[in-house]
Amino acid sequence: MSIKKLLLKSITGRPLRSLALLFICAIMSGAVYGGAVVWASLDNGISSLEKRLGADIIVVPKSAGEKTKLEEMLLQGTVGYFYMDKSVSDELDKIDGVEKQSSQYFLVSASSECCSAKVQIIGFDEDTDISVKPWLQNSYSKRLGQNEIIVGSKLTTKVGQIFKLYGVECKAVGKLESTGTGVDTAVYASSDTVKGLIRAAQSKGISVLSKQSPDDVISSVYIKVREGYDIDEVTAKINLDIDGVQAVRTRSMITGTADKLSVLSAGITILIAAVCILSAVIMLVVFTALANERKGEFALLRVIGFSRARLARQVLGEAFVICVIGALAGIAAASAAVFPFGALIEKKADLPMLSPGILSVTGYALIAFSAVCVTGPLASAYSAYRLSRIDTGRILREGDS
Amino acid sequence: MIITAKGISKSYKRGKGGKGFVQVLSDTDLSIEGGKVYVIYGRSGSGKSTLMNILAGILSPSSGSVSYDGRDIYSLSDRELSALRCLSVGYIPQMHSAVGTLTVRENILLPSAVSEKPVDSARADELIDLLGLTELADVRANVLSGGELRRLSLARALVNSPSVIFADEPTNDLDDECAKLVVQTLHASAQAGAAVVIVTHELFARSDADVVLCMQNSSLVREKG
Repeated sequence: MSIKKLLLKSITGRPLRSLALLFICAIMSGAVYGGAVVWASLDNGISSLEKRLGADIIVVPKSAGEKTKLEEMLLQGTVGYFYMDKSVSDELDKIDGVEKQSSQYFLVSASSECCSAKVQIIGFDEDTDISVKPWLQNSYSKRLGQNEIIVGSKLTTKVGQIFKLYGVECKAVGKLESTGTGVDTAVYASSDTVKGLIRAAQSKGISVLSKQSPDDVISSVYIKVREGYDIDEVTAKINLDIDGVQAVRTRSMITGTADKLSVLSAGITILIAAVCILSAVIMLVVFTALANERKGEFALLRVIGFSRARLARQVLGEAFVICVIGALAGIAAASAAVFPFGALIEKKADLPMLSPGILSVTGYALIAFSAVCVTGPLASAYSAYRLSRIDTGRILREGDS
Repeated sequence: MIITAKGISKSYKRGKGGKGFVQVLSDTDLSIEGGKVYVIYGRSGSGKSTLMNILAGILSPSSGSVSYDGRDIYSLSDRELSALRCLSVGYIPQMHSAVGTLTVRENILLPSAVSEKPVDSARADELIDLLGLTELADVRANVLSGGELRRLSLARALVNSPSVIFADEPTNDLDDECAKLVVQTLHASAQAGAAVVIVTHELFARSDADVVLCMQNSSLVREKG
């Protein structure tokens, strides 16, 4: 029988004890890894959103309500549409500090038309766009033709699929990468396509617009502020000079979300720290108690010829094997919980989630794995030291001098 | 192999609440030769087990030396001394006779796992048969009775064919038949050339011994041989 087999037999021979220790290790690694992945996903979601917005200021009609409405559309995928007169665009040109501006058109698909639920349709001007095109490069680098559509990552529509929106046949020509935001459930088209869809909706008696022509309206304007200008000042000037619109600084739009993330991040950090400390203490107590319980066994091994170093290696080896299995189980369990239920976490946390890349995930897994595989043997190191220095003879005769 | 103990003394610190030291062994000399059975007896707490543990390289003396073929074992490193115990010493403890998570056969083969010698399965099977453990060979040690554990201990002590065998009360709690088997096996080992040191209360073990030593007042008194 080999020393390795002795080590494994010691673990499998005490299933309850081993399972309890495995569970503690799994909890620790699961908390570290799962917490890190959730935190990174939320952080990625916010970063992605910030980048996704692209513009410094977004102008929407005052009737669109509070900025939260737009925030909900962008973050949580709440569908909606609103329009303002196209002349707003000309007025914005007159505002000092506006470097670039691009209009967008919002529309909502009719129920069960193309997808399982209503989806947000966003039309953008390909010539002036500053917020959508950079995100489309990877999925579709050509110019979008009439009735050609790019679909969000969460929609089941496949590239090449033809479907109808308000009776108009549209073709999905590309699919966006996941952003972790509400735009993952939206579809993108050229402004001409969306205008055509608005007309089609009107011809079907769906009153998207009251009297105006789609050519006379826009839903929002994305603005890039000229360098050297204060974004807040430009925002204030737009609100002051142009009637019937509301200018919102994009960063302020996600401040509430970022604050929420900050609170959640602190909570996750505290939770991970508490779980780690608690696990380390439990491991220390369990390994110390086990060392006392197994004194006789280790005294016997000493008599048989185990050196102090080999005995210590045996104790540390047992702890290490348990920690390795426990850590892997914890990482697997956390992966099974975090990734498939990401959408649920997103909904409960009310924050956009974007899973980190495979390298980051591997990195978090390695950190969690290392944390457990270092803590366990460290917790058992004291026991290993004590056991290697036991009075073998005294233990073997149980007090008979 | 010749084991020589010279001027062995051992004192213990008293247990919790006590003060000072207890002198268990005082300036004890002893020479052990292969092919003989040595029996050490004495009242409980007289220091006979302590002496045996010092001779076996498990417990270092407060003063004095123990040599195996002229080599002072307590001047060896822990690794060297452990290797010596593994290859040259067979030890039958009074308690804690087995690793409970291992089967009888695995327990018997433990010394082979520690030493670099190839596993002598044939020798293990021979001892399992000899000591009536055949049916228990694949049974976990934690379900064995006291007598079965004692026989397992004996088999393990003999599996590496050591030069010296130390047995601490090897017949305690055994029925007559079993005790006789254990003593016979130890005597057979002595006949094969090993030195056998038995610490016991049992009178019958003394009668067949080559050398009988009594532990009195922290010293050894030679009564026979």
